[in-house]
Amino acid sequence: MSATPNGAAAQPFVSHSIRLSLNGQDRQLDVLPWTTLLDLLREQLDLVGSKKGCDHGQCGACTVLRDGKRINACLTLAVMCDGAELTTIEGLADGDQLHPMQQAFIKHDAFQCGYCTPGQICSAVGLANEGRAHDTAQIQELMSGNLCRCGAYSNIRAAIEEVLEGKP
Amino acid sequence: MNPFHYSRPTGVQEAVHLSSAASRFIAGGTNLLDLMKENISRPEHLIDITGLPLHDIQQTSSGGLLIGALVSNADLAWHPLIEQRYPLLSQAILAGASPQLRNMASTGGNLLQRTRCYYFYDATVPCNKREPGSGCPARTGLNRIHAILGASEQCVATHPSDMCVALAALAARVHVEGRGGARIIEFADFHRLPGDTPQRDNLLADDELITAVELPADNLASHSNYLKIRDRASYAFALVSVAAALELDGDRIIDARLALGGVAHKPWRDRAVEAGLIGQVVSRETFSQAADALLQDAEPLEHNGFKIKLARRGIIRALSDAAVAGERP
Ligand SMILES: Cc1cc2nc3c(=O)[nH]c(=O)nc-3n(C[C@H](O)[C@H](O)[C@H](O)COP(=O)(O)OP(=O)(O)OC[C@H]3O[C@@H](n4cnc5c(N)ncnc54)[C@H](O)[C@@H]3O)c2cc1C
Ligand code: SF4
Ligand code: FES
Ligand code: FES
Repeated sequence: MSATPNGAAAQPFVSHSIRLSLNGQDRQLDVLPWTTLLDLLREQLDLVGSKKGCDHGQCGACTVLRDGKRINACLTLAVMCDGAELTTIEGLADGDQLHPMQQAFIKHDAFQCGYCTPGQICSAVGLANEGRAHDTAQIQELMSGNLCRCGAYSNIRAAIEEVLEGKP
Repeated sequence: MNPFHYSRPTGVQEAVHLSSAASRFIAGGTNLLDLMKENISRPEHLIDITGLPLHDIQQTSSGGLLIGALVSNADLAWHPLIEQRYPLLSQAILAGASPQLRNMASTGGNLLQRTRCYYFYDATVPCNKREPGSGCPARTGLNRIHAILGASEQCVATHPSDMCVALAALAARVHVEGRGGARIIEFADFHRLPGDTPQRDNLLADDELITAVELPADNLASHSNYLKIRDRASYAFALVSVAAALELDGDRIIDARLALGGVAHKPWRDRAVEAGLIGQVVSRETFSQAADALLQDAEPLEHNGFKIKLARRGIIRALSDAAVAGERP
């Protein structure tokens, strides 16, 4: 390394301690600064529901909820999630009771290979939280951050429509 | 990604004093982390600015709005005051990226996102923006997405932002703070043309932090339109985009704004063309002349000649739609 950060010459790289609420559980974790949230979940915490499709924010397979908002875990540093409340696909169900969005995806057969599904469902829950999708075209536009290589889009949309319509 | 040090300051001056030539600020991370994964950006120290108190949207004494640099793109687009007073900005933001990315991306970071030129993104080939002096493979290679206005021999890249095209049309001002103090930069001056130094995208110094973006008061809200033309219907960068806004008295134009995205190294706003629209009556002919004037110096590369036609038609359509926007139900 040629240049070094201000006052950080020859300092060793260190891990940082973060606190999270992860799927309803408080966690204290040590993370290296360059660990993405997606790698933390998949490689260190064995929460492999969130998928790594592209690792560049282009597919949505890694979508999780941070403080109720959908984000791409692949472009998020774990160290920057200190204090956050995170929900992954593993945390949506209430015990054995599936989340309504999960039930609707099953009912409408909204997947084929299933690779994109955890991201689609988390994204759809984020969409419902936002309250901005009022018709089919808006659902389509606001789900455009989640690609499905199997092309299950029409069933995904039907599942989401059913859940949104069930809302007051 | 290469290893790096991490700090999380809580004040603007603290952040600015932590910065060095080898450090980078990080906000949403949606562009920086992508570039770090591609080994194009290799900071040794990341300064996480998300703890700074720059998350608010405030009204200014002159009737405008001051948007904190850390307001997310989603919160900005859906803020009631933005939807009411600056619908052009809402529309432009919502035309960009994806809902997930807009939840993460910040106002300041959006201004500083780097070009999507494929050669810039490929660390194995030369690129004057990445490695000054190494050459520009886009000039003779694949240049379908590249610039038709304001390019140089050294670089033909475009600025990829949608939000910035609206901010250019709205005559926003960028508030920045560095070790030497604070300054305000007019949006039109913030981004630069490539010239002989394409490695520099904008006027921001290494130690400077964007603290806010200011929107001046205007009367453009009822007649504005953002038109984005791209290869697929959503979640793609613009080939050409047009931000158009008019203030009308009947069908006479009192004020006009016209900025283009996807065509140059910076959001392309042409003040002379805007001035030419003022006093005219809304008509296809008026808008067609404006389009011709704006594009008179456009220069195609081998694969992007279609952008000139697309921009011409886009300008006419965006202005026509803006003229009737307020009359739509
Ligand atoms: C798949 C994909 C598709 C996209 N599509 C679009 C699109 O269609 N239209 C569009 O407009 N954009 C699009 N984007 C880009 C996206 O809008 C930007 O990545 C985002 O706005 C950057 O904001 P950020 O806060 O995440 O920036 P970061 O990645 O955190 O930072 C970007 C740069 O800005 C610097 N920085 C950040 N904040 C400040 C500050 N306050 N002061 C000084 N420096 C700062 C950082 O050091 C870094 O150099 C897309 C991105 C992806 C990944
Ligand atoms: S157009 Fe600019 S960014 Fe693209 S290869 Fe040429 S110098 Fe690099
Ligand atoms: S893996 Fe994150 S968007 Fe594709
Ligand atoms: S179900 Fe296979 S990618 Fe969507």
